[in-house]
Amino acid sequence: MRLAVCFGLAFLLTWTGSASAQPAPIKIGLIYSYTGGSLNGGRIVDAAIETYMRQHGDTIAGRKVVIIKRDDTGLAPDVARRIAQELIVQEHVDLLIGTVLTPNASAVAGVSTAAKKPFFVMNSATSGIIAKHPYTARFGFTTPQITAPLAHWAYKNGMRTAYAVYQDYGPGIDAAAQFQKTFVGDGGKMLGEARIPVTNVDFSAYIQRIKDVKPDTVFVFLNNNGGAVPFLRGCEQAGVQKAGIKIVATGDLVDENYLPAIGDAALGLITAFHYSAIHPSPANKRFTADFNKVAGGQFVVDFGAVQAYDVMDAAYKVLTAQNGNIDPDKTMELVKGMKLDSPRGPMIIDPQTRDPIENVYLRRTEKRGGMLVNVEFETIPMVKDPNES
Amino acid sequence: MIANFLNIAFSGIAYGVLLFLMAAGLSVTQGLMNFLNLTHAVFAMAGGYFAVTLMNDLGWPFFATLPVATLGAALLGMLFERTLFRRFYGADRHLDQIMLTIGLTFMAVAATTYIWGPNPLPVRLPSYLTGLVHIGFLDLDEYRLFLIAVGIVLITLLILGFERTSFGAKIRAAVDNRRVTASCGINVDRLFMFAFLIGSGLAGLGGALSVNLLSVDPNFAVAFLAYMLIVVVLGGQNGSIKGALGAALLLGVADVVGKYYVPQTGAFIIYTVTVLVLFWRPNGIFAKS
Repeated sequence: MRLAVCFGLAFLLTWTGSASAQPAPIKIGLIYSYTGGSLNGGRIVDAAIETYMRQHGDTIAGRKVVIIKRDDTGLAPDVARRIAQELIVQEHVDLLIGTVLTPNASAVAGVSTAAKKPFFVMNSATSGIIAKHPYTARFGFTTPQITAPLAHWAYKNGMRTAYAVYQDYGPGIDAAAQFQKTFVGDGGKMLGEARIPVTNVDFSAYIQRIKDVKPDTVFVFLNNNGGAVPFLRGCEQAGVQKAGIKIVATGDLVDENYLPAIGDAALGLITAFHYSAIHPSPANKRFTADFNKVAGGQFVVDFGAVQAYDVMDAAYKVLTAQNGNIDPDKTMELVKGMKLDSPRGPMIIDPQTRDPIENVYLRRTEKRGGMLVNVEFETIPMVKDPNES
Repeated sequence: MIANFLNIAFSGIAYGVLLFLMAAGLSVTQGLMNFLNLTHAVFAMAGGYFAVTLMNDLGWPFFATLPVATLGAALLGMLFERTLFRRFYGADRHLDQIMLTIGLTFMAVAATTYIWGPNPLPVRLPSYLTGLVHIGFLDLDEYRLFLIAVGIVLITLLILGFERTSFGAKIRAAVDNRRVTASCGINVDRLFMFAFLIGSGLAGLGGALSVNLLSVDPNFAVAFLAYMLIVVVLGGQNGSIKGALGAALLLGVADVVGKYYVPQTGAFIIYTVTVLVLFWRPNGIFAKS
């Protein structure tokens, strides 16, 4: 019986091999979250990839580029690990890309190391997760990378006391720790902190706490699926801003796709981030225009989109350089020190840490032409993750 | 100190009222029909979406949307009950019920995304509902005051209706013993339908009232389900309105007060409260022993 199965398989393999007259396609395995609250982010990433492939064609060295998409279902490292294995063993992908959440990225990076399969991380923003995985590189950002400049800005602009509210998981803890370190290092004083559960729905307790503590500034980390709408509208209705408490945050809080729902409660917010949808550059104009054609008004570009776009750019660069093939070691040599002319601005992949070195922008949320946008007012050029230098 | 506590307890009570409205129907239908309905949060979400759509697209005033949202969710609930749920009644079919209703919830999330898009909807309420009222040393949020007022009226009506009307008496009888109730000539099937109608309508109203405090997005039905189930479990799963009310208020106040005073512990508070209460009274706070 077992023999028969083996023969059958062998036959099937040779048959499929000879049936395709064209050269075998290049397979890129995409692992991202498409379930429940993550669906939106997944669809934005799909649209960004589609945008890139429409601009740059879907063949490299005469071979068709195929994206094989898998849903890791959200915070589920075991699922991410399993589908990474399946993509390598069953689908024979040449390259892995994707992941939103840090635990999933760590799981996939482990598989990448074991299988020597290059893995380009799109989002997962916790420091230090890729250091021990030699075939993994990150094209998004790390939360400390953008939080440190934000804390400097707050101190420089006269804020002396701060309170931190952040989501109780990797990037949130990272972000708050970095804010505290930088802010206290500059001479500021932390008045306390609140850890918000990732699944939180009612924010009144945290808002009341902020009002009662009366800090000069409150640092907020809520990822772009983490309740920015009820939190900011609650702050507005409780009069947090009116009480003279300045809200500063990482850019996740004012993701362009959520701004219409947040409404005027977002006005005047100061955020630090690596990308704003209205970043004034020709590369970004072209990217947003083409993205809007693909998205058809369903959603707009945000940082998730630009990260997916840049990962595709990096994938196309390494594939083109190797004539459509992927040699793991050569690929990583190409990635280290790679320069990308991203819609977000210039970026380089750090040859030592394989993390992005990029501009961090301070932005103020304003209304322009009836639309809420994040206007960049200060650029801190080519920032490295402060923990990985 | 005391002012802080009163402010925060006030927020907790408002949150508890919201939880009660959304979960009361679930408690009644579960007590009445022993039907595990994980679709219930969908009716609350539908109420929220109906209200916001009427406000944003048709320019209706907020108050006018509330009855429509209630009615819309009630009819949706009845539709589900008549076409699907009634085929799965029976104490030995709990697994079928769970698979059916959680599947429906996921389908509802996908359908909502398809119709309204994946992003949260913008909500604009009249300005007289979104400010603060200063009473002595207290800063009370006008919207929460309004919510509590609505809650008091509804709870009074529900308790009176449940305890003083013949419809309420029939429901209580059916909860206690369905077969004997039916043998008295009461149409239990119709009773179920009306209970479902009322329960879904309450959830819809709760959803519509929550639009100012929570995010109206397709994930709503999933995000709130766990809280609703905790309310039902703590309330005693016996269709008691007072049980659900007590559980919802306890949960709302414990959640908000806990987060305020021990913010480091995050979400643990309500789960700790749930576990402790269940140790103390395994069948819920207001269960008949």
